[in-house]
Amino acid sequence: MSIDTSTAARVAKLARIKVEDDALPGLAEDFNRILGFIEELNEVDVEGVEPMVSVEPMRLKRRVDGVTDGNQQDKILSNAPDAREGFFAVPKVVE
Amino acid sequence: MSDLTKLTIAEARDALRKGETTSAALTEACLAAIEGAGALNAFVHHTPEIARAQAQAADARIKAGDAPALCGIPLGIKDLFCTKGVPSQAASRILEGFKPEYESTVSSQLFERGAVMLGKLNMDEFAMGSSNETSVYGNAVNPWKRGNDEAELTPGGSSGGSAAAVAADLCLGATGTDTGGSIRQPAAFTGITGIKPTYGRCSRWGIVAFASSLDQAGPMTKDVRDAAIMLEAMCGHDPKDSTSADLPVPDFEAMLTGDIRGKTIGIPREYRMEGMPEEIETLWAEGRKMLEDAGAKIVDISLPHTKYALPTYYVIAPAEASSNLARYDGVRYGHRATLAQGDGITEMYEKTRAEGFGNEVKRRVMIGTYVLSAGFYDAYYNRARKVRTLIKRDFEEVFAQGVDAILTPATPSSAFPLGMEMDDPVQMYLNDVFTVTVNLAGLPGIAVPTGTDKHGLPMGLQLIGRPWEEGDLLNTAYALEQAAGFVSKPAKWW
Repeated sequence: MSIDTSTAARVAKLARIKVEDDALPGLAEDFNRILGFIEELNEVDVEGVEPMVSVEPMRLKRRVDGVTDGNQQDKILSNAPDAREGFFAVPKVVE
Repeated sequence: MSDLTKLTIAEARDALRKGETTSAALTEACLAAIEGAGALNAFVHHTPEIARAQAQAADARIKAGDAPALCGIPLGIKDLFCTKGVPSQAASRILEGFKPEYESTVSSQLFERGAVMLGKLNMDEFAMGSSNETSVYGNAVNPWKRGNDEAELTPGGSSGGSAAAVAADLCLGATGTDTGGSIRQPAAFTGITGIKPTYGRCSRWGIVAFASSLDQAGPMTKDVRDAAIMLEAMCGHDPKDSTSADLPVPDFEAMLTGDIRGKTIGIPREYRMEGMPEEIETLWAEGRKMLEDAGAKIVDISLPHTKYALPTYYVIAPAEASSNLARYDGVRYGHRATLAQGDGITEMYEKTRAEGFGNEVKRRVMIGTYVLSAGFYDAYYNRARKVRTLIKRDFEEVFAQGVDAILTPATPSSAFPLGMEMDDPVQMYLNDVFTVTVNLAGLPGIAVPTGTDKHGLPMGLQLIGRPWEEGDLLNTAYALEQAAGFVSKPAKWW
């Protein structure tokens, strides 16, 4: 399995990380090195083995589906790069 | 009292309770040591006002006779922990300026017990690294050097700042986190003790998430007794983390008898790696002998899937990271890129994340994205989760045979020079070869310094315990510590 620059560009797009065109060959090379290392897993016989979901067998606790928190608009917005009139502000989303 | 910063937590606790010193004096001594240790770049956010206020409150509590073990003890907190009103950046540019409105469960438990926060500690960005070289703050530096060689060495990673700070006596103990070895490898590189408890022992709430099924917090301390004291304060059920275990937390310190007669210690043959330095081999053999002399029964064991642990980890951890780090979008907190005319929301995400994340983080997020993407999910991610089941089964089988703990080297080498291995991500990943299995299996693991190499650098051994049996594991580590008698300290150059 070899990753070319167009696959690298697609992955960068999916991850929402801008990668300049001239950096794509280097990125593809890194991916290939790392994936080459991961390929070793193909040697393992995993027939009939369940994929791990939770490392310690624990039943997740249940809780009442109720409101326990809230009314902290100021705190929630205090770290926003751009907050206006009680909202997070972002660039135009719909044309 | 002289040299207050050199005290262990247990020594300081006893001195505080006897009125031989005050938290204010301990705190000032640590603040002065930090002030003089800029060259180590261990503390990256200093909080002297908070420390002095906490010390004053602790002294009042001690005076009133209400003194939990950590009351008045000055600690450093890894930058991965959210601390209220104090920058908490996970050593990343993308969280520049972020000041949480809340306190992580682990740090709030420490502060409730009277601990004093000196500041935030350097680390690899988002805990992704084994040398503290991916930090936005620059490298943390190991206080140890190779003999007279001037070259700066890595303190290890990702908890490199925590390790450097404890080894250099800038604080009495520090918090760390461990996803693939990030407590145990830096502890081994700096001659200190570090324990990663069983997955679920410590709440992950308020700790910046890297790989949620692997991340655990733990203490980094000057000795095993301190690890027991500090771990107990960090553990416990938290309703805000559904994976935290609702189990009683024992008095770990009371379990340190040093008596390991009749215990069975396993030596896994798969941990004898090709090309492993002879000094590590020797260290391991000596450790085996020490435990045997202390009355433990030593057995050779096999953990057949060991060699697949690193590749498994490098599927699962990036996959979880790609999902966890999706939250850094420039909308709710941290850095947002300056946008060009006409840029929309997608450009904002892409530019923000390109500017805010460092190269190793980008690499792992993208690898994670790839292994989770349509068409590859089964081939990579599901296969890795199946191999993880097998890795855990290996441990279950040896524990079922009556093994109480497993002895391995902590790292494949002693500390290496900064700037050595940054070009090759895979080479850097090999640092975690002995530690990563423990995270994949959710087990407790502890690194204890037991010797030095030919350059005088510390080297450590790892003990792996049964799930939830940190007390027993700490006791075995205590016996090893007693037998090894490691007392070396780095010569002060900073």
